Amino acid sequence: MYNEAMERRILTGAEAVACAVELVKPEVIPVYPITPQTHIIEKLAGCVASGRLSAEFIRVESEMTAIGAVAGALVEGIRAFTATASQGLLFMHEVLHWIAGGRLPAVVAVCTRGVGAPWTLWCDMQDVLSQRDTGWMQVFASSAQEALDFLILAYKVAERCSIPAMVALDGFLISHTAEPLEVVDDEVVSQFLPPFEFELALKGEDPFTLWPIPGAEKYYRIRKELFEDHRKALDVWMEEFDRWYSLTGRRYSPVEAVLPENAKEAFVCVGALSGTVSHMMKNALLDEGVGLIDIKLFRPFPEELLRNAASSLDTVYVIDKAVSYGRSGILGEEVEAALRDVCRVKNMVGSLGGLDLGPERIVELYRRARDSREKVIWI
Amino acid sequence: MDLTDCGLMEPGHIACAGCGAALAMKMVSRVIPEETRVVVPAGCWSIIMGRHPDLCVRVPNVHTPFALACGFATGMRAALRRKNGDSPVLVWAGDGATYDIGFGALSAAAERNEDIIYVCYDNEAYMNTGAQRSSSTPYGAWTTTTPDLKREDKKDVVFILAEHGIPYIATASVSHPDDLMKKVKKALRKSGFRFILLFTPCPTGWMMEESQTVNAARLAVEAGVFPLLEVENGVFRVTYEPSWIPVERYFELQGRFKDLDEKGVSSFKERLERRWRRIRERVKDAHL
Ligand SMILES: Cc1ncc(C[n+]2csc(CCOP(=O)(O)OP(=O)(O)O)c2C)c(N)n1
Ligand code: SF4
Ligand SMILES: [Mg+2]
Repeated sequence: MYNEAMERRILTGAEAVACAVELVKPEVIPVYPITPQTHIIEKLAGCVASGRLSAEFIRVESEMTAIGAVAGALVEGIRAFTATASQGLLFMHEVLHWIAGGRLPAVVAVCTRGVGAPWTLWCDMQDVLSQRDTGWMQVFASSAQEALDFLILAYKVAERCSIPAMVALDGFLISHTAEPLEVVDDEVVSQFLPPFEFELALKGEDPFTLWPIPGAEKYYRIRKELFEDHRKALDVWMEEFDRWYSLTGRRYSPVEAVLPENAKEAFVCVGALSGTVSHMMKNALLDEGVGLIDIKLFRPFPEELLRNAASSLDTVYVIDKAVSYGRSGILGEEVEAALRDVCRVKNMVGSLGGLDLGPERIVELYRRARDSREKVIWI
Repeated sequence: MDLTDCGLMEPGHIACAGCGAALAMKMVSRVIPEETRVVVPAGCWSIIMGRHPDLCVRVPNVHTPFALACGFATGMRAALRRKNGDSPVLVWAGDGATYDIGFGALSAAAERNEDIIYVCYDNEAYMNTGAQRSSSTPYGAWTTTTPDLKREDKKDVVFILAEHGIPYIATASVSHPDDLMKKVKKALRKSGFRFILLFTPCPTGWMMEESQTVNAARLAVEAGVFPLLEVENGVFRVTYEPSWIPVERYFELQGRFKDLDEKGVSSFKERLERRWRRIRERVKDAHL
């Protein structure tokens, strides 16, 4: 049934995001350009200019104002969207905390990119994983199809939980790579995503204040609630993934494991890398018995699902594209904390600033990590 | 003026006694409609507005990070347009938020001619953090970060914004409440980006008797230190001619100028004259 409602198109990740935005129909879109996000906002500029999307499209002077305007629109109960990357996301940092603490269901697309200094334009995950502790949900797409689907899903979950969500897609690797995908139609999206109603929205009639200074007890309680609601949001993601499956036939899970029979080892990664690893598995470029665990949802962190996925494994190899200096890869640190008593966890910093990470290099890393006692393996 | 009329402001607030910024809000809240969105970035008003869940002005109010007032206001205005809401969106920001950390966003919002009323309550320093210098602090003033007195002029934000060609700019002082309220009303009748600079002495930061707030504001106006102006679409107008009392009378009330020596005072006066020459030129141009 669902197949008929689906249009097959060839789109880049950036175009897929713009396409999803068109379907979600946010009414306020403040934008500020940064590579590799620009194709998203250019596409949206066209949509709005041509009247295909009816929205306030605001060309602001900085990412700080862009995200501020998103928050301002939400405060008035109007759905909003923006996209960014790298320095732009870092520039938003203060407001990201504010939005999460303020329980605004903002959604931002991030075309992931390394951060300066020195300058880099190319892909890694340092920008987005550095926002780990802001209180935003973080979901990682490993294809343009997922970028499209996750953006729509992110609105649904964010609005159900009053927790903001970031949809990460690898800069260039996904944002600029065209692939065939299925675009859901308007009807499916309006079935899936109800009109936005935000209970905290300012109403003209009553005096109402958002975020005045509370006592420490109250502050603590507000933040504790956010923590607990984040945990609960995991179930909401699973419910909405199921619902999405029933509407579109595309099935997702916060943790997706592809393990050959009798697998004893697996790679763990987020984003486009899982595409590379799964290609290697399909083409027998990996040793037999090596599988893949693809983490789609990073915040809230699906710890139990990950533990289950790894329960029969001896070793996992985490490939990171972001580092916590003085410690290890960021993903590696998280996976190690979750699997400490389940299996061995090896951490490899596979790529930063767009360093090419193809099958050969992955095999080389894997060999070295397997034989090495080093805590963190660098190329 | 009936001094007991608090407008939308509740009687009783938690500002310091004699706070000029609180007094200014009392005046403004007498003329703004009750559905006015009031956007408050970090500053003394983050506190004065009330501790959770209190609210000392009966309006819809949003607290924002320091540099984010214009960002929030921009989004709120856009959202209101989508809802066909015509409630005014009013930013209520200190001089630090306005002249310094939020200045880029302020300039940009003015350039986009956002339909916002931006009110800066100017107490000439970062008061909430304990009286540190801002770029609004005048030459010769003591602050905790200029223990040897500020050497640079107060940034002339009115001139800078005037160059943005926005529909309305006004300055007003708590010493002249009718003028202040008239200007706010006028701003409310217009649309596009409107900027109002309010002179709001801070007894705490200026080291001044609490009872002297209005007096200090009046002397600042009469000495020409705080010019009362209107700029409409780039056209300057002096709305009140000072009586040119000596600035010393204004300085005397405050501790922050007490270390300014004679040379400093005459330098202050020269700067003041220069500033007024610039204002007069702009007023003259307007009549050409
Ligand atoms: C990004 C950031 N930097 C610094 C601060 C600390 N801070 C809070 S209020 C303030 C000064 C505000 O000065 P002003 O805008 O003049 O308002 P006033 O306190 O004088 O009312 C500062 C520096 C902050 N809240 N956020
Ligand atoms: S420090 Fe100054 S501006 Fe702040 S509340 Fe006290 S008097 Fe008002
Ligand atoms: Mg100040």
